[in-house]
Formats: sequence, structure tokens, C-alpha cells
Amino acid sequence: MFAYYFELGLRSLRRNPALTALMVMAIGFGVAASMITFSVFRAVSGNPIPQKSAQLFTPQLDGWGPQQNLKGEPPDALSYTDAIALMRAHEASRQTLLYAVHVSVMPGGSRSLPVGANGYAVYGDFFPMFEVPFRYGSGWSAADDDGRAAVVVLSEAFNQKMFGDTDSVGREITLNGHDYRIVGVARHWNPQPRFFAAFDNDNFDESSDFYVPFTRALDVQIDTYGRNSCRGNVDFKTRDAWLRSSCVWVMPWVELDSAADASRYKQFLERYAADQQRAGRFGWAPNVRLRDVVQWLEYRKVVPPETRISLLVALGFFVICMVNTIGLLLAKFMRRAGEIGVRRALGAARSEMYKQFLIEAGTVGLAGGVLGLALTALGMLGIGHLFQPQIARLAHLDVSLMAMTLLTAIVATVLAALYPTWRAAHVQPAWQLKSN
Amino acid sequence: MNAHPILAALRRHKAGVILIALQIALTLAIVCNAIFIIGQRIDRVNRPTGIDEANLFVVSQQWVGTPESGAPGAVDTIDSLVRADLDTLRRLPGVESVAPVNSVPLFGSSHVNGITLTPDQKNSTLSATIYEGDDKLMSTLGVQLIAGRAFTAADVLRMDFHDDTLPPSVIVSQAAAEKLFPNQSAIGKTIYSDSKPTTIVGEVKLLESSMAESFAKDSDYYTIIEPVRQVGDNSRYVVKTRPGQQAAAMAATRDALFAANPQRVIDSERGILSFAQIRYAAYRADRGMAILMAVVCLIMLCVTAAGIVGLTSFWVGQRHRQIGVRRALGARKSDILHYFQIENLMIAGGGVVVGVVLAVGLNLWLMSQYEMPRMPVMYVLIGMVALLALGQAAVFVPARRASRVSPIEATRAA
Repeated sequence: MFAYYFELGLRSLRRNPALTALMVMAIGFGVAASMITFSVFRAVSGNPIPQKSAQLFTPQLDGWGPQQNLKGEPPDALSYTDAIALMRAHEASRQTLLYAVHVSVMPGGSRSLPVGANGYAVYGDFFPMFEVPFRYGSGWSAADDDGRAAVVVLSEAFNQKMFGDTDSVGREITLNGHDYRIVGVARHWNPQPRFFAAFDNDNFDESSDFYVPFTRALDVQIDTYGRNSCRGNVDFKTRDAWLRSSCVWVMPWVELDSAADASRYKQFLERYAADQQRAGRFGWAPNVRLRDVVQWLEYRKVVPPETRISLLVALGFFVICMVNTIGLLLAKFMRRAGEIGVRRALGAARSEMYKQFLIEAGTVGLAGGVLGLALTALGMLGIGHLFQPQIARLAHLDVSLMAMTLLTAIVATVLAALYPTWRAAHVQPAWQLKSN
Repeated sequence: MNAHPILAALRRHKAGVILIALQIALTLAIVCNAIFIIGQRIDRVNRPTGIDEANLFVVSQQWVGTPESGAPGAVDTIDSLVRADLDTLRRLPGVESVAPVNSVPLFGSSHVNGITLTPDQKNSTLSATIYEGDDKLMSTLGVQLIAGRAFTAADVLRMDFHDDTLPPSVIVSQAAAEKLFPNQSAIGKTIYSDSKPTTIVGEVKLLESSMAESFAKDSDYYTIIEPVRQVGDNSRYVVKTRPGQQAAAMAATRDALFAANPQRVIDSERGILSFAQIRYAAYRADRGMAILMAVVCLIMLCVTAAGIVGLTSFWVGQRHRQIGVRRALGARKSDILHYFQIENLMIAGGGVVVGVVLAVGLNLWLMSQYEMPRMPVMYVLIGMVALLALGQAAVFVPARRASRVSPIEATRAA
């Protein structure tokens, strides 16, 4: 029966080609616009580390005071002084500080021009905390952090660029003129958005090239390549004075396994801020925050407003297309009132009418979905013109998106067909036959 | 024509009427707001930077193997490298002038300072973007001095990246001067940054900040130029070429700099950028948004028009016999045409009224969610007229077909 109704559906589509084309195009355009913008939205608004996002927190402390802070909110990163104090207190099961660095690297051999490389200065806990996968070797230990060891973890791509596809663990690499021993090569790892460094604004950048110990990077005076935000009476002439200032540039992360641990850590932050107030460093009451990954991304507003607005517009467009489809299906079905009357008079049950017309609508939806799929693929090619390249790169047509495009088109059309089908199924056979 | 029979007929097709009206209402709401957003974006993209953009390019690079900041002699060493680079660039064929700079308008990277009028003022009067460069910076950028004097070589300080000293003289933009000293001359006045004093010696007409904020604001033009040659791991130069020689000068830059001193990194993509490229990158999202909105609006209007054509055609088909009867009773072709046109006007009118409410509601919601200004009434009015016209245009073809129904139809079975 399904096959028969499907065939009837196809035949009916051929009967009014103009009306059918209108419907198919409306569905196709509607679903394609929604899917293109949704693919971008999905890419930028996802949870970058779903399995652990509730255990990872970034502590914030107000070192700026009520006159200078962000409308009551503490700054989005820590000053060096506060960051090191939190690190020394060691109140969480794992913790790291980090900041973005940019170095020059001398490739060996005949290519003598130095190249630039982007990375992060981190603590050894960074790798297990954020579940960085390793291809060769591993991260470094707390002893390496304390010993300010000259070690480095490379990304797979950067290792490939420097050493070819070999296990480079144990070899040396020169960054900014200083030698580092390679202890690990990370597999491709680039959580999007880059939640751990959301204080800097490159949330959708390519994966970083390397990671060096925070302590070592400070020793060799690698400055932050990310943001450095200063408020209040800053007055410094040297790097040491800058380190001691209230300028914020260090991003802290702690791993806390339970809600109880988190509330204990928050109490610790308040205690620390109160101590600073007593010591005269802060002239104001403790003002601290402890946000987990999801809360942090929301607070930092990492989802670009363009993607949200365009998704909304596309959804509005899709609704209009569906309203349009309801109208056209109504016209299409009611045009066949006479035919319905004959079939009902010959004994077809009302449920058969429902089946036939819903399957016919499904056929229209399928055709619209196929057109939508083609338009979505076309739109993906042009997406680089609409969004920034870092963001456009994230959107791609994968199997799940293809399935979703077809499914959305079919389900939406069948839903749109409910009212026209109800009208068609309630055609009075006697009245139709009489008027014929 | 009497409206009563039309209303009576519409009551027989409630579903179709509601669907068309709803479609028109939603289209009006979305199209008004989308066009408003497009207008906003176009305004933003077209606002001036205040600099002479043609023939400018920017070189950003990082030193390799230079002494660390703070090390003895580091400032001298790097400063001599910077000055050698400025010489190298100045000697390139086609180059007119060169200046060291920390950032340029629309570039993205910025240095913002709070400015106060007294040393102990708690809240700053304004936050200004600070440009640092030497005495050649203003002429290279082509900013227009409207009061006071430009910097001379004697004003220029060289300064370590971490040094927060304020030079004794600065030049401010007109927007910043008016905010700081309304209705009086800013020249010779003292302002404070982090409680340190400096004197305003000049005023430039217009200079946009380096961060393009999401919507145009006055604060985007609060800028201050400091006569400072910054010395650090990174150096940036802005180069002005003679007309028509920019591409050649840009192509020669990399090799010339490496020939002078290979101990540097110049990013292959972002190291050397013409101002046109900087502008393109800064407004990419705005342009993309405008294009997306325009395409969606266009398709949306087409879909709505197609929907009207489809449903009206259906009604015309359904009423063939009645049309025939009216024609047989003496109605002219134009009467039938007008019937469908007025019918559409009534449906569209209802849709437009609902649509205005939706459009204003959507705008209010967008205002609460995103930093978006209130939509001027003009947009809604133009949208109303446009959708009524769209309805009339869409209904014309089926209505004309209806008007051609022959009176003989009256005698045929439906």
C-alpha cells in the first residue's frame, strides 16, 4: 500500500508541475538556509569538552576594585601575583596557569629563515586536566614545573613540519634561541571554541604548535602574545614591575571533582581575597567567581552574535516557507475534492485518505529535502564569504547534517500537511458526487 | 465596488486567507528587521577611518635572537635595528614615507588607556585608543591636523615595551578633544593617564580606533597619538607608496628586509598587508551578514509572492463557474480583475497590520538581546508599502486569468 500511495504521490506531483515546483523550492530554500546557518551555529556553540566541562573551573578574583572592574564583575584573567598565589596554595586536585606565547623557531638544515610558532605556557597538569591525547611520549611532571625544566610538547602537525612524521621525543628544538627537550607529541587536539584561553579572543584559531612549562617561559622572559589588560594606577618601567602590577594576563584553571569540592574552592578564593584585603593589597570586600566551562563560555560570549542572528533569520525564513507549504498543499489537495469523493464513495476509509495524503506530502518533502541538500552543499562553498575564515572552516557538510537536512524537510512537510490532509479527509463524498 | 461580497466570500476560505495573511505578516516582520540590519552594517562599513587609505601598507614582524626586554643595552640594540629597517623600507622603489607604529585603524590589536582631567579622578572621562609612532606617522597615515602642531623629531621618545612612561606631549582626535574639553580649545591643556600628566599639543580631524566595535559609536573615534618609537620583540611599520607602486613595493619588502637582517619572522599571511586587505578583514563579518540578509530577504519575498500566486490560482479555479455567472450577468472583465485585486488588498492589509506589530516586537527583542538600536518608523512604512505592492503584483497574473473566464462557463457544470 505504501508503494502504491508513493506512486500516486509522484503522479500527483507531475500533474501540477508549477505548484509542485513552488512547494519543492520553498522547502528546499527554507531547509538549506536553516541548515547552513545551523552548521555554523553548531560549530561555534558546542561544548568543547563535554565529558569534563562540569569539573573544570576558572577562578576569577577582583584585583581592580569597584571603580575599575567590569561593572561589578572581576577581570576575566588573573594578575601574575594572584595567579602564582593560587598555584602555590594547591587547593584543587589539578591546576594550571596558562598564557599564549609566540616564538621563532630555527628549522634545521638548509632552510635557514626562522619561522614563527604559536603555543601556550602551561603547567604539567594541563595535559591530564584537558585530556590532551598523545601520539608519542607524554606531558611533563610537577617536578619539571618546579625545576623550571626546558622541556616542550609539540603538536602532531608541528612535529610533522619540523621533523617529518617521526617520533621526535628526546630530541632538542630551539625556540627563541633557547634549547628545549621534546618530551611528547600530542595528537591533533583543538577544542572549539578554545575555552581554556577564552580571555584572548582567538577562540576559533588553528590548533597551537607547542606547549612549554609556564615556569620556564617566565625564566626566559617570553611575554604574553595574548591580551594584557591594565587598570588603575599602573606605573611601571620594567618587566619585573609589570609582573608585580595589577595587569591581568594569566588564565587559571582548576579541576574540582565534586560540587562539594567546588564550593570548598570558592570559599578558599574568598578567604584569599579577604587576606589580601587585610594585607592592604585590595581596598575592597572579596569579589570572586568560580565558573565551569559552560558558564565561562556563556559569560565570555564566545558565540559570535552574527551566527545567532543569522540562525534566527534563517529559522524565521523556514517558518514562512512552511506556512507557504501549508497553503499550497491545501490548494493541491482540495483541487482533488472530486477524486476524494469518488474514492470515499467506493468505500475507502478516512484513515486511507490520511495515509495517502501524508505519504504524498512526504514525497514533496523528500523532493524538497534533496533540493535543500544540493543548495546546502552549494551554500557551504560560499560560506567563506559570509563568515570569518576561522569560523567558516568549522562548518562542513557531514553525514549527520545531510541526514538532518532530509529528515527536517520530510518531517516539516508532513507536519505542514496535517491540516490540509484533515480537510481532504473530511470531504463529503455525497456533496462532491452531487456537484459533479 | 462594494466590499461586502468579498468579505462574505473570504469567510468561506478562512484557512487560505489566514495562511496568506500570516505569511505576509511574518515576511514583513523579518524583512523590515533584516533590511534594518543591512542598513546598519552598510553605515558601519562606510564610516571613515580618517587616514588616507590608498597606497598604505603595514609590515608586522618579530625579531629573532635580540636581547630580552630589560637586559642591559636591549633598547639600544633593538632601536638601531628598527631604525635600520625604517631606512631599508624608505629606500624601496616607490616608497614615499615610512613610520613605526603600534597599530593602525581597523587592525584589531589595540592599546586603550583611561584618560582623566585631574590626577586623582576616580572614573576616567574617556577610554582612548593610543597610537604610538614617530614624527613621520601623521604624514604617512595622512591624518589631517586641524589645530596646534605636529610632532617633531625632538618629541619622539624610544621606549621599552614594558615601559609605561607617558610622553610630555600628545595629539588627540577632535572627537576626544570635544569629549574632554567641550566648547573650548584643547590645545595646551593637561590630561592624565594613570595619574601621569601630559600636554595636548595638536588636534587631528578624524582618526578611527584600531578595534572596530560592533556598532558605530562616538567612542570609536576617541584616539590619542603619542610620539613614541616602541622597542620590543615585535615591530610594526606603516608604509606609504606613490600611487600605482604599492604592489611592487609590497612584493619587494620581504626580500629587502631579510637581505638587511635575516634574524626575523614575517608571517607569510599576515606579515605584510595592504590597507585594503586590513579593511576587508575588519568588515568581513559585516559584509557577510549584509549579503546573507539580502539573499534571505529576496528569497523570502519570492516565496511569499509564489504562495500568493499559488493560492489565488486555486481560488480562481474553484470559482470558475461563479465568475462565469457574474460575467453572464453583465460584469466586465475589469470588474473581475478588480475583485481579485481588492480581495488581495484586504488580505494583505490584514497581514500587514499584524506584521507591523510583529516587526516592532522583533526589533524590541533584538534590542534587548544584542546591542541594536531602535528601528526607525520609515523601515516599517516602506516594508508595508512594499508588501502590499508585492501582493498586488503576485495577484495580477491569476486575477487576469480569472477576468478572461468566458461567460459561457456559467452554463457548464462546475
